[in-house]
Amino acid sequence: MESFKPYTARYAVLPVENIDTDQIIPARFLKTTNKVGLGEMLFSDWRYTDAGGPNPDFIINKPEYQGVEVLVAGNNFGCGSSREHAPWALQGYGFKAVLSTYFADIFRNNSLKNGLIPIIISEETYQKLVAADAEAAGEVEISVDLASQTVTLPDGEKVHFPIEPFAKFCVLNGVDQLGFLVLADADLTAYESAHAARVNTAGL
Amino acid sequence: MTTAPQTLFEKIWNRHIVRPETSETPAVLYVDLHLVHEVTSPQAFTELRERGLKVRRPAQTIATMDHSTPTTPRGSDGIIPVLDAQAQIQLNQLEKNCIDFGIPLFAIGTENQGIVHVIGPEQGLTQPGMTIVCGDSHTSTHGAFGALAFGIGTSEVGHVLATQCLLQSRPKTMEVRITGTLRPGVGAKDIILAIIAKIGIGGGTGYVFEYTGSAIRGLSMEERMTVCNMSIEGGARAGLIAPDHVTFDYIKGRPRAPQGTAWDAAVADWATLVTDADAAYDATIELDADTLTPMITYGTNPGMGIPITGTVPTRADMADEQSKAGLEKALKYMDLQEGQSLIGKKIDVVFIGSCTNSRISDLRQAASVMKGRRVDSNVRVLVVPGSAQVKKQAEAEGLDKIFTAAGAEWREAGCSMCIAMNGDQLSPGQYAVSTSNRNFEGRQGKGGRTFLASPLTAAATAISGAICDPRDIR
Repeated sequence: MESFKPYTARYAVLPVENIDTDQIIPARFLKTTNKVGLGEMLFSDWRYTDAGGPNPDFIINKPEYQGVEVLVAGNNFGCGSSREHAPWALQGYGFKAVLSTYFADIFRNNSLKNGLIPIIISEETYQKLVAADAEAAGEVEISVDLASQTVTLPDGEKVHFPIEPFAKFCVLNGVDQLGFLVLADADLTAYESAHAARVNTAGL
Repeated sequence: MTTAPQTLFEKIWNRHIVRPETSETPAVLYVDLHLVHEVTSPQAFTELRERGLKVRRPAQTIATMDHSTPTTPRGSDGIIPVLDAQAQIQLNQLEKNCIDFGIPLFAIGTENQGIVHVIGPEQGLTQPGMTIVCGDSHTSTHGAFGALAFGIGTSEVGHVLATQCLLQSRPKTMEVRITGTLRPGVGAKDIILAIIAKIGIGGGTGYVFEYTGSAIRGLSMEERMTVCNMSIEGGARAGLIAPDHVTFDYIKGRPRAPQGTAWDAAVADWATLVTDADAAYDATIELDADTLTPMITYGTNPGMGIPITGTVPTRADMADEQSKAGLEKALKYMDLQEGQSLIGKKIDVVFIGSCTNSRISDLRQAASVMKGRRVDSNVRVLVVPGSAQVKKQAEAEGLDKIFTAAGAEWREAGCSMCIAMNGDQLSPGQYAVSTSNRNFEGRQGKGGRTFLASPLTAAATAISGAICDPRDIR
């Protein structure tokens, strides 16, 4: 994982509540054994017509939204399944962050593991972003700074967002959590010495 | 020394702390049992290979093939044909990963294969007080045994494979108390659909549910699994039910259950896994089972549920503009009108299966409705057992004959049309009544429209050809 650098980016708004992981990437695209090409399948059922061409009405297909790097979405983004293919697809497309008033737990965890930042914003901030986009579709920008946990809105206002200290540390420094766990080996060995395995699958 | 009163969740959590949570780092939490399937594991094994890591505890890990496996009948050679090349690659990869890393595998076509959340309890691997994870959000199912069980992503699958641990911040607890007694024709699926309709699909985010109350105590083990299975549809990663004699009776004698004196010691320990009288939850909600009727969903998330005798909500019922927009979008996708009744709505497909409702008791319920009847000639009915063992048991009881005599398809075990990865899917525009857990747009096939309901309601609908209150068919 690369370490985080502050950035300024244009955004697209998907003003739909409860966007589930089956919309982010439908299950039929999960028959893969790697992460390659998932960005092409992002929002597939909304993004492409039944004939397979781009749906001209879908936000990220519109010319003015080409190259956007931030997604602003309705409440409770990422509900549903545990598929990490959802953040992989968002990143594969080119998104660096998703802003919503609420995120489902597993999606939020999965995103942070990959450096895709789920930024929780207030309803007021959400409405400001929607309004700014409505005035200048695809042209307005926001800035994201993880160290100070701030998003700078198009009008210059800075809003603070929450993030767990450990996830912040990992994303800022490009450190992955598996490395941290591997280093906890002494504690783990001590735990296993004190607790016999509660189950045995061997021979099944 | 007396300890402070604890909830069931706290007791399990505290037993699994390898390193406590600090202000800077989450807790390192030990995992007793790791369930693995073909869809969410390949990239995790790749990670292990790239880092030269081994699977730390292969004997606390079990793999099965379920999501992308076809459920079409076996060929004359006894083999289930896999026609999808991509699915075959994924299945082969799981097999290779299990061989390379020493993990036991229930491969397609073998006697213990099945949906990951069916096989754990079936083998006696799922036990009270354990921590259980899987790269699948319906891992909450195992909470029915008083185990802390939740879904994880593929990065975390890699963490558990390599270290048998997860980094976790402690969730909050919510008591979901179901008082009273269920009426005839109303079951576990109706309870959980009613809960989600009440709290919404994000209502439990950040919480672990503990289901309590007389109506929960009155449920069988398999019914409890149905309730806990859909905790995630209310936003909660895990749902718990304190173990009792129903739990112990279910586990006893299963292949990997404790035996002899170890059994007695285990039961004595498991009996302590209850929320102490004075322990506090962070939140509590309550439902009265006496007031519940069969439930059905009308929209495109599991929180959009109504009593089957009710009507689809109207825009005027919605609290805010976002909810109004959500309702309009859902009704447009479903091609339904606000305020309409669903009873009598013509259906194209009925799916009986999934980790929510594919166990033997679910199939018995469906068969009780279909016995001696024919399914409507305009409806395709798929009955998909949750595991090869469930299939075998159903066939021993003659349930397969009841289904096929009624005109339903009796298929091999797997996730099937719940997730529609394996070729079992709806065509665009088709309506299905499904015993599965998600009615999201396209979940059962692109453009397909799903009504979630109980096995009784699904079977009654199969017979009538249109959405039917199961209490009207007795």
